[in-house]
Amino acid sequence: MESSQQVDEQTHGGVHDPNVHHSPEEIKKEVRKYLVVFFVLACLTAITVAISYLHLPTNEAIAVALIIASIKAFLVAGYFMHLLSERKLIYAVLAVTVFFFAMLLWAPWNHHYDYFGR
Amino acid sequence: MHIEIPYNVRPRPDTGLYNAKLGIWLFLASEVMLFGALFSSLILLRSGVPHWPHGRDEGLNIPLATVNTLVLIISSVTVVLAWANLRLGDLKKGRIFLGATLLCACGFMVIKAIEYTDKFKLGHFPKTNNFYAIYFTLTGLHGLHVLGGMIVFSYFIGPGAKMWFTEQARYTNRIEVAGLYWHFVDLVWIFLFPVLYLL
Repeated sequence: MESSQQVDEQTHGGVHDPNVHHSPEEIKKEVRKYLVVFFVLACLTAITVAISYLHLPTNEAIAVALIIASIKAFLVAGYFMHLLSERKLIYAVLAVTVFFFAMLLWAPWNHHYDYFGR
Repeated sequence: MHIEIPYNVRPRPDTGLYNAKLGIWLFLASEVMLFGALFSSLILLRSGVPHWPHGRDEGLNIPLATVNTLVLIISSVTVVLAWANLRLGDLKKGRIFLGATLLCACGFMVIKAIEYTDKFKLGHFPKTNNFYAIYFTLTGLHGLHVLGGMIVFSYFIGPGAKMWFTEQARYTNRIEVAGLYWHFVDLVWIFLFPVLYLL
């Protein structure tokens, strides 16, 4: 049974690596970063709602809303889920996932051409 | 016979990760495909008709949904703060932030219940039209994930916290893993909110 955290002390490209031990100062610095990210996310949410009241044409509205949502997703995944400094294996898992997710989203765009039916 | 699961604290040499962390990412990958299939359905339904109703025109409550978005973002912050405090060796603060996360999750579900009740009173059900069918399916599935998170956090605040006194690092890792799941739930809502309510 492992009773203490015996972790690899090596750094990971000089950035925060969630898989290695950090000093209290480093953790407190991370906390400050989380709070900044929270503030940015709250601002982006307000901007998304404000833009929806501008009644932009459908295509522009979809593009703007999805761009802002993607920025928010990047912040959550990058900082809160610490993906900016994860292990390569997780990136590999996500690369496969992103590919199939993109296929799922791409497929229905072509339904009215009966692309798959021909 | 007691069988110990290996590498629940120390990173496995070949992956560089403790097992639960790789496990949760594989689980999240499957979750991406689950929600992806429903987003794909939404695109199919939406692009198949000349006019798709705007969430606002269908009577969706944008102010309440905005509050819910902020509530989930706050809960994402509180869960990373819980993890940070546990890494600093402070169980009390860690539990307080986990409690705050649970409170936010409860708040989200209460607001969602208010929204659903309003819709039902107006006679809007999944069978009403395609818009409400996909609205209730996506938000319902997301709500179930929130509920799942609430059960997990309740356990870690309560009986699950006993582990702290015997295996502190393992308990901390469990909160990290639960947090990763919770951030994913937040991520899904980040896309659901504009797609269903604002577009």
